[in-house]
Amino acid sequence: MTGNSDKLIIGGREFSSRLMVGTGKYASFEQTARALEISGAEIITVAVRRVNLDRSKESLLDYIDPKKYTLLPNTAGCYTAEDAIRTCRLAREAGMSDFVKLEVLGDEKTLFPDNEELLKAAKVLVAEGFTVLPYCSDDVILCKKLEDIGCAAVMPLGAPIGSGLGIRNPYNIKIILENVKVPVIVDAGVGSASDAAIAMELGCDGVLMNTAIAGAQDPIAMAEAMKLAVIAGRLSYKAGRIPRKLYANASSPLDGLFL
Amino acid sequence: MQIVLNGEKTEQKDGLSIAGLLTQLGIGLERVAVEVNLDIVPKASYDTHLLSDGDRIEIVHFVGGG
Repeated sequence: MTGNSDKLIIGGREFSSRLMVGTGKYASFEQTARALEISGAEIITVAVRRVNLDRSKESLLDYIDPKKYTLLPNTAGCYTAEDAIRTCRLAREAGMSDFVKLEVLGDEKTLFPDNEELLKAAKVLVAEGFTVLPYCSDDVILCKKLEDIGCAAVMPLGAPIGSGLGIRNPYNIKIILENVKVPVIVDAGVGSASDAAIAMELGCDGVLMNTAIAGAQDPIAMAEAMKLAVIAGRLSYKAGRIPRKLYANASSPLDGLFL
Repeated sequence: MQIVLNGEKTEQKDGLSIAGLLTQLGIGLERVAVEVNLDIVPKASYDTHLLSDGDRIEIVHFVGGG
């Protein structure tokens, strides 16, 4: 049930950890590296940005061994399919991997996905051989379309990016889980360990988060909490919870009661 | 010649290759991608791809992000 028999498979690659972690917003690169290590994450997201031409500044990959992690470049900051496609092509050239976290944003206030542009970009990228993991709305019809296009997973949001509001619509996530075959990863919205556990208990294949760890008062401790929550939630899901009942059901036997 | 490098105009000597530009900037070839006038230049062509006056060059890499 756990260990080797419970691998997460995305785009033909096997992963033991079901927690994916972003690398933004940490206080320092040392803290980023430490949090990633403690989290046990094997897939980490990165953004694609201009090189600082003043080379006195250090870069993330000076602190993180790219051989140790699967880098998942994102298209954060892209508001059109065209920009997202361009970013993915650059990411592939820079990272020499086909994995991309595709996000096409609708507006700056909500950072909700522009699903129309997302579908357009996904189609092009899948045709170009990318392993596409799209950040999308928690909408089963959309997720099925993304699956049909050939995305390697779907990544519905639990709540707005960076909001920490948790899984706002667990029923939508459940419906997605019942209707798509590719891995379902909750991306965005997780605030605390219990949120991550809820996502996993619903049956999600993984959880992706950044702010919940990086923005915590103690990011290293939260990285460990999230690691354990994802493991606990997964085990709980696999173990099969008891049905909910309105009334009590005694745990001690009535037989042999001497009163 | 004048090129636009990561959004900023800079003067460069004629006949400069991408490999030459990266060396000049002290940027390693690994883990960067280079785009000239919106077309990605494969790493194998860095030595032979010569820049021209007016070229718009983007050199990108990975940074922290969610």
